[in-house]
Parts: sequence; structure tokens; C-alpha cells
Amino acid sequence: MEFILNPWPWYVSGPLIALVMALLLYFGKTFGMSSNLRTMCTIAGAGKASNFFKFKWRDQIWNLILVVGAVIGGFIATHYLSNNSISNLNPETISELQDMGFKNPGATLVPNEMYGWEAITSIEGLVLLIVGGLLVGFGTRYAAGCTSGHAITGLSSLQKPSLIAVIGFFIGGLVMTNFILPLIF
Amino acid sequence: MKYLKFLLVGIFFGVVLVKSEAVSWYRIYEMFRFQSFHMYGIIGSAVISGILFLQITKRGYIKSIAGADIFVPKKENGLIRYILGGSIFGLGWALIGACPGPMYILLGTGVISMLIVISAAILGTFIYGVLRDKLPH
Repeated sequence: MEFILNPWPWYVSGPLIALVMALLLYFGKTFGMSSNLRTMCTIAGAGKASNFFKFKWRDQIWNLILVVGAVIGGFIATHYLSNNSISNLNPETISELQDMGFKNPGATLVPNEMYGWEAITSIEGLVLLIVGGLLVGFGTRYAAGCTSGHAITGLSSLQKPSLIAVIGFFIGGLVMTNFILPLIF
Repeated sequence: MKYLKFLLVGIFFGVVLVKSEAVSWYRIYEMFRFQSFHMYGIIGSAVISGILFLQITKRGYIKSIAGADIFVPKKENGLIRYILGGSIFGLGWALIGACPGPMYILLGTGVISMLIVISAAILGTFIYGVLRDKLPH
């Protein structure tokens, strides 16, 4: 039981993520967690603004159900399958983040300094989350996929466009973490 | 009933991503600072397992639930959209520490402010849809 309650090692988690992809393919679907964002635009009536949102969204209901499952899974994992152990981060990462003003790196899944009540009620904090969300939502559709669609499914099926997209993910990620985050915090 | 299996897969996915810490903002930071093998191990072992699975299905040993061949749809060819779109996505991924799957999973773990990020991501997708014809692909 302790094995389940502790954080899982990468070599257990990775193959289990591949299993999610395999199960969805077995059910005749493709693993891609960003398509639901487009579906939600369509349900909200975005078809009036762009043909990109004109499609039969009812075929995508399964994907929305998957999202509901993911939310429930997050709830179950934190409430019933965890022992609140602190993430085993590199000591260098921890001291770096502390220097930037993050109080307890690894104690929670996301920093309170960004997601806590105090952060989201400040203009700067709110703007940060909105800009981040916009970049992810815009970028993922522009690149036609996210981590699950390109890094997992695309690379597993040896597709070149996905390799290029993943290189793009890393260019953006490296620039943000190494050059922009230190300016923000 | 036909949707129950997707609910269960979603729950499983959420549990795995929390337990693997792939939804941790700190793990994403650590990855982009090359200070840990953890995230590379997760993505790498997922891809290797995925390649093995797809090679086995290619040889016809595993069929889909409907008895058809298992296949992954081909991604359109292109360069600009993948590099540029991918980089924009990467900027956001590293800033908020979450991509589209983890956003929802984190909401389930109790990070209610993730609703702001999710709404912004839906808006970002909408903006892409409106500007699509004007963007290089």
C-alpha cells in the first residue's frame, strides 16, 4: 500500500500513460487532451465566428467524458491515494526557486505564489494565469496537438510533424523557464 | 453506458498523472532546467512503450474493440505551424506548469484557480480559430 501512496517512479508512470493511449486506440479513438478546448468553443457557439468550429461536436462527447474522468481521477489520487509526501526535487531546483521567492517548492503540486488566493486576487497574478492559459490554448491548436497528442501519440507512431512540434514545445519551455520566469519572479 | 469506459480511462489517466507528479509545476520547471531525469523518464518510457504497442498492433496481433485495425491518424505535413505553434504552447506550458490534460486533473486535486487557466485556454483556442486563415501553417 505504501508503494501506491508514495509518488510513483517514472518507469511505472510512463508505461501506464502509454496504456491510456493504447486503451483509447483500442476503443477506436485517439489520445489528445487539447481537442476538448475546441469542442467547448463549438458548444458555446463559436461556429458563428469561424468555420474552424463548425463540426459535429456530438462525435466528441467521449472526449468531454474523458475530461470529466480526469478531474475525478485528480480528486481520487489526492484524497485517497496519497500520503502528502513532499516531491523529491533536485536540491539545486529547490534553492533556486527559494531564491526566486517560492516558499515551499515541492510541498504542493502548484506554487501558492501563482495559484493561491492572494496571487489570483492581484492584477499581476491574474494576468500571469490568463496569459499562460491563452498561450497554451492558442499554441496547442496552432500546433495541432499538445503533450498527449504529439509527444506521446505522435512520437509513438513515429510521425515527423510530432517530432517538430515537440522540439517547438521545448524551445518555448526553455525560453520561458530560463529567461522569462527569472524576470517575472 | 457506452461512455462509461471513457470515464474510467479518464479517472485512470488522472490518477497516473498525479501519482507520477507529471502535473507538478515544480517538475516542469525542473525538466526545463535539466535538473532531473524524472520527466524525461516518464515521457521516454511512455514513448518506448507506445512504440512497442503500435508495432505489435501493426502486425495484426491486436484489433480494436470493433474488430478493426488499430491505427493512429496521420498528422498533416508542415513546419511553421509545428515549430511556431509548438513554441507558443511551450511558453505557456512552462509558465503555468500545466498542459491541457493536467489543467483538468489539477482542478480535480483542488486547485480551483485552474478554472481561470482553463477559461483562458478555451479563449486562446477560439482566437486561433478566428485568426487561422491569416496565420502561416
